[in-house]
Amino acid sequence: MSNAAIGEGIGQPVRRKEDFRFITGNGHYTDDIARPRQTWAYFLRSPHAHAKIRGIDTKSAETAPGVVAIFTGKHVADDGLGGLICGWTVSSKDGTPMKVGPHPILAVDTVRYVGDHVAMVVAETLAEARSAAEMIDVDYETLPAAVALAACQSKDAPQVHPEAPRNTCFEWELGNKSETEAAFAKADRIVKLDLTNNRLIPNAMEPRAALGEYDKGTGTYTLHTTSQNPHVARLVLSAFVGVAPEHKLRVIAPDVGGGFGSKIFIYAEETACVWAAAKVGRPIKWTADRSEAFLSDAHGRDHLSHAELALDKNGKFLALRVKTVANLGAYLSTFSASVPTYLYGTLLSGQYDIPAIYVEVDGVYTHTAPVDAYRGAGRPEATYLVERIVETAARETGIDPAEIRRRNFIRSFPHQTPVIMAYDAGDYEASLDAAMKAADHKGFPARKAEAEKRGKLRGLGFSSYIEACGLAPSAAVGSLGAGVGLWESAEVRVNPTGNVEVLTGSHSHGQGHETTFAQLVASRLGIPMEQVEIVHGDTDKVQFGMGTYGSRSGAVGMSAIVKALDKIETKAKKIAAHLMEAAVEDIVFENGTFTVQGTDKTMPWAQLALSAYTAHGFPSAEIEPGLKEGAFYDPTNFTFPAGCHICEVEIDPDTGVTRIINFVAVDDFGTIINPMIVEGQVHGGIAQGIGQALLEHGVYDPESGQLITGSYMDYCMPRADDLPSFNLGFTKTVCPSNPLGMKGCGEAGAIASPPAIINAITDALGIRDIEMPATPARVWAAIQSRPRAAAE
Amino acid sequence: MPVVAMTVNGKPASADVEARTLLVHYIREQLGLTGTHVGCDTSQCGACVVHVDGRAVKSCAILAVQAEGAEIVTVEGLAKNGELHPVQQAFREHHGLQCGFCTPGMIMTAVDLIRRKPNLDEKTVREELEGNICRCTGYHNIVKAILAASQEMR
Ligand code: FES
Ligand code: FES
Repeated sequence: MSNAAIGEGIGQPVRRKEDFRFITGNGHYTDDIARPRQTWAYFLRSPHAHAKIRGIDTKSAETAPGVVAIFTGKHVADDGLGGLICGWTVSSKDGTPMKVGPHPILAVDTVRYVGDHVAMVVAETLAEARSAAEMIDVDYETLPAAVALAACQSKDAPQVHPEAPRNTCFEWELGNKSETEAAFAKADRIVKLDLTNNRLIPNAMEPRAALGEYDKGTGTYTLHTTSQNPHVARLVLSAFVGVAPEHKLRVIAPDVGGGFGSKIFIYAEETACVWAAAKVGRPIKWTADRSEAFLSDAHGRDHLSHAELALDKNGKFLALRVKTVANLGAYLSTFSASVPTYLYGTLLSGQYDIPAIYVEVDGVYTHTAPVDAYRGAGRPEATYLVERIVETAARETGIDPAEIRRRNFIRSFPHQTPVIMAYDAGDYEASLDAAMKAADHKGFPARKAEAEKRGKLRGLGFSSYIEACGLAPSAAVGSLGAGVGLWESAEVRVNPTGNVEVLTGSHSHGQGHETTFAQLVASRLGIPMEQVEIVHGDTDKVQFGMGTYGSRSGAVGMSAIVKALDKIETKAKKIAAHLMEAAVEDIVFENGTFTVQGTDKTMPWAQLALSAYTAHGFPSAEIEPGLKEGAFYDPTNFTFPAGCHICEVEIDPDTGVTRIINFVAVDDFGTIINPMIVEGQVHGGIAQGIGQALLEHGVYDPESGQLITGSYMDYCMPRADDLPSFNLGFTKTVCPSNPLGMKGCGEAGAIASPPAIINAITDALGIRDIEMPATPARVWAAIQSRPRAAAE
Repeated sequence: MPVVAMTVNGKPASADVEARTLLVHYIREQLGLTGTHVGCDTSQCGACVVHVDGRAVKSCAILAVQAEGAEIVTVEGLAKNGELHPVQQAFREHHGLQCGFCTPGMIMTAVDLIRRKPNLDEKTVREELEGNICRCTGYHNIVKAILAASQEMR
């Protein structure tokens, strides 16, 4: 169907503007860019999880064919460069700030995980750089490593950073402890559950890459890189690492092949490439191979939790208390401290009215790759915990899982939870009802019985999730320790010929902003979408922006565009009033035409645009020439997408293989601009959630700290035949805190789906818990160890 | 250095290559055809799929010298006379791509799949995509696009 046939308005499934270049092989990803005299970088990485570096001998490598330069931590330190930072400071219960060990660009005297950066070789070709790296002689004194999360806080565990005794970076708490204890004391029933949230490795299909350049004539640095937020990268590289002053550093994130959080962060390799480009006086290119990505991209999740839910005799929740140990890896990555704290603890109320909540989180260093935000970031961990314990409560009380949820749903808004968040709007029962209908909940017993006849086990699992998106009101996050504000910017430039460029601080790496944003602008200005160009990802073009993560580009990024468009309309009306000799209040702007109300005087958009630039006879005191407006939008609240996912599984007890028979997702994202794109976001999120629940697991050897799942042979990525087609639906409550009423859709699938799947599997097997990923081996073992009665 | 000669997207191409050069690196770096991508180093992701003598091949799994004399088609050579191939059209129509990184490999795989198995069903498409990983789409719309293209081309 052509876009002409479906229309381009808000709410239409407009086909994407960006697709043409991608389906014809004309995208421009970082690794596609080549420069004259370009050199290649290769990073020598630590083969040990923990070792002292006694010395690095680069002499023979320096004379290897093609070598241009070799850099070690000493060069970086001698040049006065700072280390990488964590942009969010979390404090412990006792008020002390988190304990941060230094995070050098290249290791100085210690390596702290397998894959840690030891030296950078720059050569004429990648092959030569790689060969030379093999000739570098590093004298390591290997040390015992702290790997298994559960053991890392013991007093004899090897230390990752001397600054953090017992490897504990922070002991954080949220909620009201005494109220929670009091509620537990009078509870009729207490449900307890221990949960593991498995470590994941993000695996955007485009590996990280960088191209660093230095212009000697102007003293300007340019970094092309795979970033979700090029302006934040520039700020960190300039203000904290000290590569170059901000105005002498340009960061460009061109087409980026997926991020899922992993490309928010500022990493050592990209930093080293742009810094060293000036040292060698030539452009430096680096592209991670997949094995390097496994070792050095920030990983996700990795929690151990104990949860307790207090209920009264009617199944009403009274209180929740949670103790979580969160793995931070060897160094704090850019936002890692915020993920298991403010992005996690604040969502533990789920969709439920829980009067008292208390959560404690210990952030713990280990000799593994840094752990930071991965699609959902904290919210999947919270949702998993809440929806698993609610399901367990249903089973232990004998109350139907849907009914126990209904009894506890929040029904009036705004609702202040005990853990900071104030939910603004929602209708949780509506999505539960719609999901149950789509999943044919009524027909489940018959399907289960039929499966049983074939010797198969069927189960059904719910997940009624909520998340907080649209990150975030700057004042709110500032008070919680963020080092940045989380507003967004937009600039609308109307050209004299009437077409429009929109500059946004959001960044698209698959989300289709070039389409959705253009849809908004075109429908507002009454011009065709092809006359709207969305410009993003270049710090020289867009003045500043906070980038894309936390499902913020719609609710925050588009709100900034709306604000800029409001200003455009105000000015355009002034010009129209002047040109048509009418009062501003009498000008109506509709479908691309300015009309003087009650007359037949009109002026089309293109004519007005031209007049704005010819500016003939403008009263210059009142109207400036030109038509260009910018806006910064700071949200007033988080947004709260919510919904219900239901998963039906069938398990083969002979093999332990779980097949997803039906996956229903009903989501309330508020206003939807382009349903085709939104559905695509949900599909991708669910696939990652199914990956977490059934397939994916980042595993380190607990003794040696070697990454065991370091390639696609060992880390099980979801393939097409692991997944079903998905069954999606939407409900809608408009978000009251932004002009378009949008809530955000990028992460919901990954947040909601894992507990639905595990609830279905435990239902099928009649067991209390199974660890993610519920691989066939684990499922089979669980079947074998079931009590006999249940097995029959 | 050995010289390799092959036909790429209908045009003769020949160059000196190091014997260890993979076909994908030859295509990307020496010919400058960057539509073909590299997503892994274990020949599993399929981002690098091109056609070698009409068959889908992972270009990271063969050396450039092994393609001596071959007829290579990359994603850049799929559209004919400015007309998109039906599989390309279907990917756009059914939103079978998000970040676009896996897309060239997916499309080249799909074209070959439809040639080999004109009567596709969902199960077969999913099984046949075993060697192509997409992290963005959950495959839902890729499967839809391939089924639609195979209908269209019947
Ligand atoms: S790059 Fe060829 S299969 Fe991954
Ligand atoms: S579209 Fe991004 S990996 Fe497939």
